[in-house]
Amino acid sequence: MSGHVHKDYIGAKFGMWLFLFTEVLLFGGLFILYAVYLARYPQEFISAGGELDVRFGGGNTLVLLTSSLFVAISITALRREKVRLAMGLLGATIGCAALFMINKYFEWTAKFSHGIYPGSEHFAAMKPGEVVFFNIYYLTTGLHGIHVVIGAIILAWTMCLIRSGRVNAKDWVILENAGLYWHLVDLIWIFIFPLYYLVLH
Amino acid sequence: MTDDHSHIVPYQTFVIVWCALLVLTGITVWVAQYNLGAWNVWVALTIATFKSGLVVAYFMHMKYEQWLFKLSLLSALAILAIFIGFTFFDVLYR
Repeated sequence: MSGHVHKDYIGAKFGMWLFLFTEVLLFGGLFILYAVYLARYPQEFISAGGELDVRFGGGNTLVLLTSSLFVAISITALRREKVRLAMGLLGATIGCAALFMINKYFEWTAKFSHGIYPGSEHFAAMKPGEVVFFNIYYLTTGLHGIHVVIGAIILAWTMCLIRSGRVNAKDWVILENAGLYWHLVDLIWIFIFPLYYLVLH
Repeated sequence: MTDDHSHIVPYQTFVIVWCALLVLTGITVWVAQYNLGAWNVWVALTIATFKSGLVVAYFMHMKYEQWLFKLSLLSALAILAIFIGFTFFDVLYR
């Protein structure tokens, strides 16, 4: 009994997947809101959705897809004992998360400066369908943004564990689960981008 | 170990998947400039579904997992489909 720790790799990963399913249902609820109100207010959704800038949404799509590539490669790198490469890729992913949030900051600031935010006078003067669109937009992309920040924190914590040797080529499930969370963040954006930035133009 | 989880995905596979994702993103942006009416949403969702399939299968390693993982993913997606479908039975025929 000299310090042997039982590792259940499959169980750890399956638990992460079960958590991700609840996340899918959470965002699924927000996409249902979008779909129901799109069916009810098609014209207002087009006039409000036309205000969103494809360059912000598209730029962030490229940032997230690339960051997902970095995380995926970092797992292979760690398992091949390329610890420095794995750490560098995780650092680059956190950089992508920062880039994503900076992009979002400029996008939202531009919206706010046009008076498009809940509670503003301009907002009160909009048609009900347009108000609904922007409310769902802020709710969905805001919740997604929180996930980006949490994902970056989890990846930074994983980097600390790799540095201390707690996560290594023989025991990498924490990195794999952190990666799964990050890919989920990417996955949700894959649906947000066309629905909010493309189809309403 | 001969378990599925010992499978190491090579770098090239991930880079190819990333390129495919970029191409699909380009297609969805390109097709959005044409007004296809109600089809706009369906075309965008179809492309997004392909993209998420690639992310789940390769980046999230699902292609190499055992049947329990695949079955549970299918169940979760079925629940989501019921969730969306039944909402629309109510909303559309109210």
